[in-house]
Amino acid sequence: MKAKLALEDGRIFEGRFFGAKGIATGEVVFNTSMTGYQEVLTDPSYYGQMVAMTSPHIGNYGVNRQDQESARPWVRALIVREAAEFTTNWRSRIDLDRYLKQRRIIGITGIDTRALTRHIRDKGAMRGAIVPFENSDSRAIELAASSRAMKGADLVSQVTCKSAYRWRKGFETGWSPWKAGKYGKTRNKNEKAFKVVAYDFGVKINILRSLAHFGCELIVVPAGTSWKQVLSMEPDGVFFSNGPGDPAAVTYGIMNAEKLIAKVPLFGICLGHQILSLALGARTFKLKFGHRGGNQPVKRLKTGTIEITAQNHGFAVDTDSLPGSCSITHVNLNDATCEGFEHSSLPLFAVQYHPEASPGPHDAAYLFDKFMQLMRDHSH
Amino acid sequence: MPRRKDIRKIVVLGSGPIIIGQACEFDYSGTQAIKALKQEGFEVILVNSNPATIMTDPKLADHTYIEPLTPDFVARILEKEGADALLPTVGGQTGINVAVALAESGVLDKFSVKLIGAPLSALKLAEDRKLFSKTMKEIGLETPRGRFVHSVEEAMSAIEDIGLPAILRPAFTLGGEGGGIARTKKEYISKIEKGLDASPISQVLVEESIVGWKEYELEVMADHKGNAVIVCSIENIDAMGVHTGDSITVAPAQTLTDKEYQRMRDAAISVLKAVGVSTGGSNVQFAINPDTGRMVVIEMNPRVSRSSALASKATGFPIAKIAAKLAAGYTLDEIPNEITRKTPACFEPMLDYVVVKIPRWTFEKFPATAPILGTQMRSVGEVMAIGRTFKNALQKAMRSLETGAFGLGGDAQAKDIETARLMEHLEVPNWKRILYVRYALQAGMSVDEISMITKIDPWFLAQIEQLVNLEGRIRAFTLEELPEGLLKRAKRWGYSDQQVAELTGSGEDHVRAKRKKLHIEPTYHLVDTCAAEFESYTPYIYSSYETEDEGEPTGRKKAIILGSGPNRIGQGIEFDACCVHAVQGLSEIGIETIMVNCNPETVSTDFDTADRLYFEPLTLEDILNIVEREKPAGVIVQFGGQTPLKLAMPLKRLGVPILGTDPEAIDLAEDRERFGKLVRELGLKQPRFKIAYGARQAEEAAREIGFPVLVRPSYVLGGRAMAVVHEEEQLARFMNEAAEASGEHPILIDRFLEDAFEVDVDAVSDGERVIIGGIMQHIEEAGIHSGDSACVIPPYLISMETQETMKRQTRALGLALKTRGLMNIQFAIKDDEVYILEVNPRASRTIPFVSKATGLALAKVAAKVAAGYSLKELGIVEEPSPVLTSVKVPVFPFSRFPDDDTLLGPEMRSTGEVMGIGRSFGEAFAKAKEAEGQALPMEGTVFISVNDSDKPNVLPIAGDLANLGFRILATAGTALYLESHGIRSERIFKVNEGKPDIVDEIAKAMVNLVINTPLGKKSYFDERAIRRAAVRHKVPLITTLSGARAAVDGIMAQKDGRIGIYALQDVNRGKTRGKKEIKRR
Repeated sequence: MKAKLALEDGRIFEGRFFGAKGIATGEVVFNTSMTGYQEVLTDPSYYGQMVAMTSPHIGNYGVNRQDQESARPWVRALIVREAAEFTTNWRSRIDLDRYLKQRRIIGITGIDTRALTRHIRDKGAMRGAIVPFENSDSRAIELAASSRAMKGADLVSQVTCKSAYRWRKGFETGWSPWKAGKYGKTRNKNEKAFKVVAYDFGVKINILRSLAHFGCELIVVPAGTSWKQVLSMEPDGVFFSNGPGDPAAVTYGIMNAEKLIAKVPLFGICLGHQILSLALGARTFKLKFGHRGGNQPVKRLKTGTIEITAQNHGFAVDTDSLPGSCSITHVNLNDATCEGFEHSSLPLFAVQYHPEASPGPHDAAYLFDKFMQLMRDHSH
Repeated sequence: MPRRKDIRKIVVLGSGPIIIGQACEFDYSGTQAIKALKQEGFEVILVNSNPATIMTDPKLADHTYIEPLTPDFVARILEKEGADALLPTVGGQTGINVAVALAESGVLDKFSVKLIGAPLSALKLAEDRKLFSKTMKEIGLETPRGRFVHSVEEAMSAIEDIGLPAILRPAFTLGGEGGGIARTKKEYISKIEKGLDASPISQVLVEESIVGWKEYELEVMADHKGNAVIVCSIENIDAMGVHTGDSITVAPAQTLTDKEYQRMRDAAISVLKAVGVSTGGSNVQFAINPDTGRMVVIEMNPRVSRSSALASKATGFPIAKIAAKLAAGYTLDEIPNEITRKTPACFEPMLDYVVVKIPRWTFEKFPATAPILGTQMRSVGEVMAIGRTFKNALQKAMRSLETGAFGLGGDAQAKDIETARLMEHLEVPNWKRILYVRYALQAGMSVDEISMITKIDPWFLAQIEQLVNLEGRIRAFTLEELPEGLLKRAKRWGYSDQQVAELTGSGEDHVRAKRKKLHIEPTYHLVDTCAAEFESYTPYIYSSYETEDEGEPTGRKKAIILGSGPNRIGQGIEFDACCVHAVQGLSEIGIETIMVNCNPETVSTDFDTADRLYFEPLTLEDILNIVEREKPAGVIVQFGGQTPLKLAMPLKRLGVPILGTDPEAIDLAEDRERFGKLVRELGLKQPRFKIAYGARQAEEAAREIGFPVLVRPSYVLGGRAMAVVHEEEQLARFMNEAAEASGEHPILIDRFLEDAFEVDVDAVSDGERVIIGGIMQHIEEAGIHSGDSACVIPPYLISMETQETMKRQTRALGLALKTRGLMNIQFAIKDDEVYILEVNPRASRTIPFVSKATGLALAKVAAKVAAGYSLKELGIVEEPSPVLTSVKVPVFPFSRFPDDDTLLGPEMRSTGEVMGIGRSFGEAFAKAKEAEGQALPMEGTVFISVNDSDKPNVLPIAGDLANLGFRILATAGTALYLESHGIRSERIFKVNEGKPDIVDEIAKAMVNLVINTPLGKKSYFDERAIRRAAVRHKVPLITTLSGARAAVDGIMAQKDGRIGIYALQDVNRGKTRGKKEIKRR
């Protein structure tokens, strides 16, 4: 069935439905990862967005049980050049088309995703609408323009867990990204696990797996959980997760972070990184089209080495606004934006990118290790 | 850290002649490395024996040695130059082997030369399978189960554990030579014997068969700070069991989840670190069990490779250039990405398109070898195509191959093929298998069934199934009725107009017209390394059928240069070198250059070479599209060999201006009748000839001319089906073959001039003046394809008077044909008479060799002439006269085709060439033989067996050899003859005459040189056994008397210690012409 994608600035792309059919609206963003569409679909950080994959063939290896980043897909729609009609992979359980149908996620295929990407790159991320082809262009554009803007939107409350839960599971046998490396061995067997409270702003399962793998027993709490409640759990450390939307709109998160600073070691990833920076008084801003992909080079300033990182963010921390008590630890080599900072005296650090990868490279595992070390140093 | 300061002079090793498994990709990588190092201010010295390369251009390196790539020669060069570093990692396995030998013998230490690019330990570890397996185990990675064996006995016990089928991999061989799959015990024993033979350390790895597993390669780059990036993932469509060089491959990998891909990425990086590659590029191969996901490491190359050339072209990430800078001390983050300009090279390219590579084979040249594929590489070239989808890229790649098809499908249907044949061609990997997959789908087999038989991942088969289904739908319509949507889809899926025409029973031009009317036109896109995330500044372009165009053409004056497509026997790197020179020449006169080619191995498809690069098939449709878009002043067809020449007339007819010699003149030279008339008018001589259509007429013609005759089909490459026919009884067979190869084109029958000398003359003309570039005398007598014949410049046995005659005739023909550009003439000299055999007003195979020998870059000059300059304006008024003697020797792939005879004939079979330079013919010849890998012996035993008519002439040769102290072995007849003329020799049995026979002696390494001229039919098998034994045991083999004479001259030069080393820049110093500043127009 023919479909069209309209952007709020009037640009129209033609394609066909796959997955569910109907109308979808949201911010249109592109992701350059060549593998990992299943992780992208199920990453809560994409909530409210329609994701275009720049890689032309999507769906080739189907959908499996292990690679879910949460219990369900969160994207508003998946935009592809060519959806696979045939699935191949020994772990695949269902093909992408059927998966999207079952989960009522709209897909559009046959789109000139390169033209779309170039458009967004030049004009910036913008809202869009996918509609059945018989709808007029003007109606589609109107739908796009009237959908919710990303700036100022608190989407965290929509994706966070309803109640707290415990998490202990590491990786399935054979699938630990860090089995062969030097990380993940720092905890000696007699050491007791660190108790970590993880704020769920839309957390990816692989972050939980990674923290567990490195020696944490987690209590995952809803985003609105107050700092007092968190402290009452007597955690060794608190983790601020990734999540969707504008960090500045997550005022409760920022407030709780502010209170937790200096009381307990803190670690933030992505939205968590932004929330921690806001709690320290820094500013965030919306990037023109964001960083979404698995090839972003990040320089670790302490060693001068480069990590190839997985990223997914539309907002960034304004480097100049960070207080003097903080120092930048990581910088993006492409556009020099802030990729990580730490506090010079307090046990607190955060990164903008995704050391848990999934999808993406495993170059930054040491950050989990660093969090363990921080907690070890502050345990009394 | 900026570049290292502790080194100043770097010696770069090339890879030598083009052979199967090591082709012009190393010219590309070496050229890039040299440019990068020069840019950094290093003094660069190059050693490479292959003159048909861009890297050996005297303007590229500071000192260029066209010398044998042996430890001895390289050591002499290191010493003479006082070099302080050696970079072997851009020169293939040849470079690595030389470097390892020099390091181990202490030469590098002695001259204080640092090995850069990769440490010795890494080079050795990667090649030593035993150590490699152990190292992999240590870092928690699996390799296939296996054992190393050094003898047949060990091999027999190993197979008890491992079981059949088993894979055999001899250590330290090129492209898997001597390896293979053994399915039965008998096969196992015979292959073990061959493998132990092929391995210089007599070691073979016997491995569990992982045939049928999925195969992947990752290209990794690392720097000394420990940063590592994956440049590209490549997935093989042909499963494990087919050499990766013979596989159809796809980039990026299509069937891996992120978890599997990242696991492989981690493994690749840890392999690099474990092997000890701290800087540079490497490639790591993996296999994955499709049912369980079990991953094993197959091998790694700690150097740039064929795959890294492909990866560079596929992604726009110039691996060799960056590897060179890393070797010079930089880190990845300090090097900019030249495509985006604003981002660093320390990142991983993201592709929003699909790349398909298909190898090109020439099995027809080796009829005795079964055209099946295995673990030993047999392809001689490859094409690459870029499309937005796999189907799009596959179709483009299929039509790039120039095998007569314009894509996959649109021709014969399955009904013509029997089931048994179909099943066999699906099951046993062969070079036409993809066509049989299509037939199988048409015949109604399912994707799963075909996948079970072929082990090809069903995802790829399902893609082909979509093509087959679309083909079926289109076939139901005439062109007029064909719905717009279907035509659009066909184009989006990569179908050519020609395919659509065939499917709708129409013509290509009609499809084109309909397409234009419906505004279904190609769009052009940039290879930008980043999936459009950033703006790209480098016009590296491919076509597709999308919604918007990128990379707007400029308004400058420009010319399109058509490349030569996939390498094959008869059309190789020489033509790419000419194309690159043409680009350089045109750039020098301010014309914008646009390169079109589809061969990923070449320098011409480096995005740095021309101003704009279109990575596109070389077909009329694809080129017309580019012409319409770019609106060039003209198209240049004379440098890329037959590929662009075939397009010259069609382009001209469509009103596209052709720069340089008019296609009519090219046609006139090809047209025997018209050309014969011209020769008569000019008062020149040709051997008697006739033109015939069909076998019957050809036989008549042959009888009329009288034996022996030379038979050749027209419009074929590399002397396909050419033969010298000596007698009536051979006639019918050869004529049938010729008729088949010719198709509807005529067969040419020439009187064959026995015992004549052949001469090649290359010249350049502006229409008013003809400058002779060089006169090359063939060393082998007439009747051997000029590409397979060794030759020497200047001629050493031709009188000045005869040379003058040839020059005069060349000038007359050049002017008569109104040549504007290059021309090549083949002459034969018999009894001091000069005969014209052939004239080609275009670039010839020998242009790079002549240019190196004389210092005059002919192709560059010719490009400027084609663009409208006169030779006088260019300052080219004097003919070059070489100071030293240069010998070109061809290199053959016989060891890959063990069942085919090695005798030379009119059909070309060499894949590459080497050059030797010397003060005398002997010196130059000896060096060329050494570079070929057939070093002439200084002492020892020579085996001589010649036919009766050669016997008188072998006497002086045998006499000289005896005087030089050689022991002479001969078969009965030859021995008796030598004895009766006072030359002592020892008699040795022929095969089947008794034991030990000559083959045994060769196998025992008791023979150092074999001279064997063909005896004729009766002893045919005996002789073949001798020649094959010589090839197998790497004993220099000479099959012509003139070759033997040259060898004796070479041995004498060696014995006298007259072997020097010469830098090209010194040889032709002050002799380079055309340096005068040219006024731009």
